[in-house]
Amino acid sequence: MKILVITEQRQGKWNNTSFETLAAAQQIAKETSGAITAVVIGKGVASFADELAAKNVAEVMLVENDLLESYTPDGYCIALKQIIESAKPDLVLFPHTYQVRDFAPKLAAMLGKGMIGDCIGYRAEGGKLVFVRQMFQGKTAADVTFQGATPWFASFQAGAFRADLVTPHPSGKAPVNAAAVQLSAEQIRTRPLDLFKEAKSAVDLTQAPLIVAIGRGIKAPENIPQAEALAKALGGEIAASRPICDEGWLPMERQIGSSGQTVAPKLYLALGISGAIQHVVGMKGARTIVAVNKDQNAPIFEIADYGIVADIFEVMPALTEALEKAKS
Amino acid sequence: MNIIVCVKQVPAKDAPLAIAGNWIKESDIGFEMNEPDSYALEEALRLKEKHGGEVIAVSMVPERVKQTIKEALAKGADRGIHIADDNFAQLDPLGAAKCLSAAIQKEKFDLVLTGLQSDDQGFGQTGVLLAALLDKPHATIIMAIEVEGPKMKLKRELEAGWFQHIECPLPAVLSIQSGINKVRYATLKGIMAAKKKEIATITRESLGVSIEPTQQVEKIYVPTKSKKTEFLTGTPKEAAGKLVEKLKFEARVI
Repeated sequence: MKILVITEQRQGKWNNTSFETLAAAQQIAKETSGAITAVVIGKGVASFADELAAKNVAEVMLVENDLLESYTPDGYCIALKQIIESAKPDLVLFPHTYQVRDFAPKLAAMLGKGMIGDCIGYRAEGGKLVFVRQMFQGKTAADVTFQGATPWFASFQAGAFRADLVTPHPSGKAPVNAAAVQLSAEQIRTRPLDLFKEAKSAVDLTQAPLIVAIGRGIKAPENIPQAEALAKALGGEIAASRPICDEGWLPMERQIGSSGQTVAPKLYLALGISGAIQHVVGMKGARTIVAVNKDQNAPIFEIADYGIVADIFEVMPALTEALEKAKS
Repeated sequence: MNIIVCVKQVPAKDAPLAIAGNWIKESDIGFEMNEPDSYALEEALRLKEKHGGEVIAVSMVPERVKQTIKEALAKGADRGIHIADDNFAQLDPLGAAKCLSAAIQKEKFDLVLTGLQSDDQGFGQTGVLLAALLDKPHATIIMAIEVEGPKMKLKRELEAGWFQHIECPLPAVLSIQSGINKVRYATLKGIMAAKKKEIATITRESLGVSIEPTQQVEKIYVPTKSKKTEFLTGTPKEAAGKLVEKLKFEARVI
């Protein structure tokens, strides 16, 4: 099986999920006696290609063009379509980044193909590849297979594979081949402008050793002081899943998840958080995870070390009291 | 400014899901408007209030979807398009987008809005695929829209707290990030007014779209656990006491 891995970098820095996807590709290549071509796309990105060439891949393809300096969905789709048409891969793999979400389904559609996005794993079964992804906000997993002719397109969720398991090239270096693409300025319809961060946040949750996080289960803003009292008794910071910040009940800087902060505290106490994948990617690195949720089937329990199946409004005051007692 | 909003109806957030093969049993559970789509609808209504024009809510799937279209009309959408298909859950993202695109193509539009993803299948591809099929520029994960004549200035969310401004000509397709606005509730007046608004029903077959699948969901199941959770039982007070013990002496994190 010929596998193309589309890597991602921006402003001189890798998006590290590129290596997670490369690890997945190496595993698939091993199981299907396949060969990997890693693709670097941009302008002035030869050093990234060199770095990839030291990994266990058959080839690195360097796609450079002035019009690919900044990402645009039109530019990337037009360029990569040409690459795929000439390389004729069976499988095209992407890291499931915000950028990939923005163009990869279109790229596949331009070739009349579909994409299985946001996969958390795969199985090679009797010569067939089965991709696993989540549905219903992580409440169920789904086995998904491709139908019809290759190339097939799939993306892997952050954290699905381990970047540190990428194996080096067995004999030094893979060849780096430059691939030219035809692209003109008028084909690119959107214009990327400035990249920026919002006003620097006052709290740095990434440095907090103890985090109490609330989700939809908190029900109303007037209930938040109960969680804050618990955080205070614990000596931790308060955080939340996206819906709480969307509602404006806590500031955006306290949001944990793919669009917010990624944290790895000593203790993460999840209160009334169901455990949708967008949240879980931001906190699954926590050393100890405690989940309190009244739904015993909530996906958060899949990654919790300790669980309490109960109403958070009964547990929060009891836990605050027990923590205060333990301190005194 | 004519705006088309794609809205999906999904199982209610607290609905107990019973798995049946590669989908869920739909009887006995409640449905609601896909939350990310409600932000797209709200954004469409706000743009209309500012720039005039018409908001059309488009939804595909069985008869029950009409409820979601009615909700959109009650909030202020001008009319609805219902693509009737009882077998919608078996469509792959490309097949679903082809049907929506065929229906949208019959309309004159400046902007097509979708939510970021659906809370059921969660493919998160519809907006991008519609852009490809309608051959219009697009942008996703949008946190702000400013219309400036024939183009828009958009604020797009990236990962880890980064954002980017993008300039995009009209007509275009945008996927809206949840939290872009505060979603309104339907008023009683709105609900009454919605009764007079038109919902055009078209069958999926009449669109004449080939929906040969590119992928197939073989089965869905409750995921296997990657960690063994120790459940602490008893009254809330007992469970809290046990947890503090565990955190102190076993996990040693407090």
